[in-house]
Amino acid sequence: MLVLDQIHTYYDRIHALKGVSLTVQQGEIVTLIGSNGAGKSTTLRTISGLLNPRMGSITLDGEPIDHLPAHEITRLGISHSPEGRKIFARLTVEENLELGAFARKDKPGIREDMNRVMDLFPRLRERLHQRGGTLSGGEQQMLAIGRALMSRPRILLLDEPSMGLAPLLVEQIFRIIENINEQGTTILLVEQNAHVALSIANRAYVMETGVIVLEGPAAEVLASPQVREAYLGG
Amino acid sequence: MTVTTYSSTPLPRRRKSAAHWVLRALGVLILVLVIWRVYTVGMAENYPASFWISQALNGLVLGGVYALVALGYTLVYGILLMINFAHGEVVMIGGFAGFFALQFFTAIGWLEGSAALVAFALLLIVGAGMLASVLTGVTLERVAYRPLRGAPRLVPLISAIGASLFLQYSVLLIFGVSPRVYQKPALIAGGFRVGDVFVPYTGVIIFATSLLLMLALYLIVQRSKLGKAMRAVAEDKGTAALMGIDVNQVIVFTFILGSALAGAAGVMLGFHNTIVKFNSGFILGLKAFTAAVLGGIGNIPGAMMGALLLGLIEAIGPSALGIPTEYKDIISFSVLVLILIFRPSGLLGEVLSEKKA
Repeated sequence: MLVLDQIHTYYDRIHALKGVSLTVQQGEIVTLIGSNGAGKSTTLRTISGLLNPRMGSITLDGEPIDHLPAHEITRLGISHSPEGRKIFARLTVEENLELGAFARKDKPGIREDMNRVMDLFPRLRERLHQRGGTLSGGEQQMLAIGRALMSRPRILLLDEPSMGLAPLLVEQIFRIIENINEQGTTILLVEQNAHVALSIANRAYVMETGVIVLEGPAAEVLASPQVREAYLGG
Repeated sequence: MTVTTYSSTPLPRRRKSAAHWVLRALGVLILVLVIWRVYTVGMAENYPASFWISQALNGLVLGGVYALVALGYTLVYGILLMINFAHGEVVMIGGFAGFFALQFFTAIGWLEGSAALVAFALLLIVGAGMLASVLTGVTLERVAYRPLRGAPRLVPLISAIGASLFLQYSVLLIFGVSPRVYQKPALIAGGFRVGDVFVPYTGVIIFATSLLLMLALYLIVQRSKLGKAMRAVAEDKGTAALMGIDVNQVIVFTFILGSALAGAAGVMLGFHNTIVKFNSGFILGLKAFTAAVLGGIGNIPGAMMGALLLGLIEAIGPSALGIPTEYKDIISFSVLVLILIFRPSGLLGEVLSEKKA
């Protein structure tokens, strides 16, 4: 459903993505792993329209979406929970969630999704009227994922949901990500924590310095000597 | 990129530099001098209480108008981190539009009609001012600021100063140098007395309208969907776009809100000062900017509070310091300089986060 074909993205003169191609099928969890600076976040930012590719094409269900502005891509059903959570610190938890549904007009549906998000993350219900900036790191991550779900996306792009979280919390968040996927949302997951990511993904891509060096079913990637050596400590 | 340290030893406290203490001593010295001056002048002149009260009322009326203009500065700063130095001209153009609307309604006789008709006409006059200002503000954004988005911060600032001069001298070219005189409808020309204090009707109307508009703005920003989007865009444009928010549309909306308030201020100031001319927005704009800085630029309640405070300072200041009223501008701009030196983040301003610094 989402296809990247030979994408080249630049930051001014820095060539960050050098011909990235990947596909995400309906209903899958696909993970993109790799070390710092490999271009994982750049790939997500290019898909969601925060960056424009200089070459290559991105299609959603066959329709080209590269060069659309970010807010229109969100409206097409691609929701991006960005690196570093980026919640609105001065807005309340409730306002953050409402903004997640900004492009939607169906009030009852929004209510329903608000409840669904709070069922997934009961902590958010307790903190509904608190400012986003007062939440702990884990709660902020929950809010960022919940906010991204509020647009009722078909594809959810998650950028490092495990960053800076305690192992127990990481496990909890990943269970919820699986749960979201089972409810019908396709997921493209960027992670440095390769082990956890590969444990829930169907397929995986491994990136190094702007190119994809390995791809395949998650179990095979997990077993490959290359990955074992580079990311999983031998 | 944020850096997290896990060291358990607290960072050493940064030592305050000598310059910091010199500055602080200077601040205390200025404060003492001002208080001493106010005290000696107060002893020598011995004004009655009613004098002070009517000065303070004047100050509040002026402060209310400043607040409407200051909000325009602060809203735009909050979103674009730029000072819209052409905002004073947006006010002036509102004042001109209001003047022509006033002429029109005088000509068709509505202003000598019943109270309801006069009130309705006044409403339409303010509306005309708001409309003209909104058109000006939105055009400014489109022509002078949007093409420069992403440029270094000094660039749109220079563009704003250019736009300010362009608007002033265009109006000069079209309407000439002579001021246009606002004639108050007979119905609101007078006033009433409370004890020894004379309260003009226009003062009451202006202050009430200002408060009402501020309340409306507050509700829009806090409660409405676009208001929430505005606050999101102010925090982080990229993430706001990921929410499906059209950032450009929100910026235009911000200019509409700020300019509408400016237009209302322009008309009310026309009634208050009785005249409007091509450069009447210039000093006013600087004053409102001072008010916004005083309250903490980017902070909405700060702009309201700073403006009311500045209005009071300006109204009471000359008499309290024993200097002629013509020099009241010196007091306002001294306040600006002092605030910038001693508390650049303003009275209600938060310490600038690393993102905005």
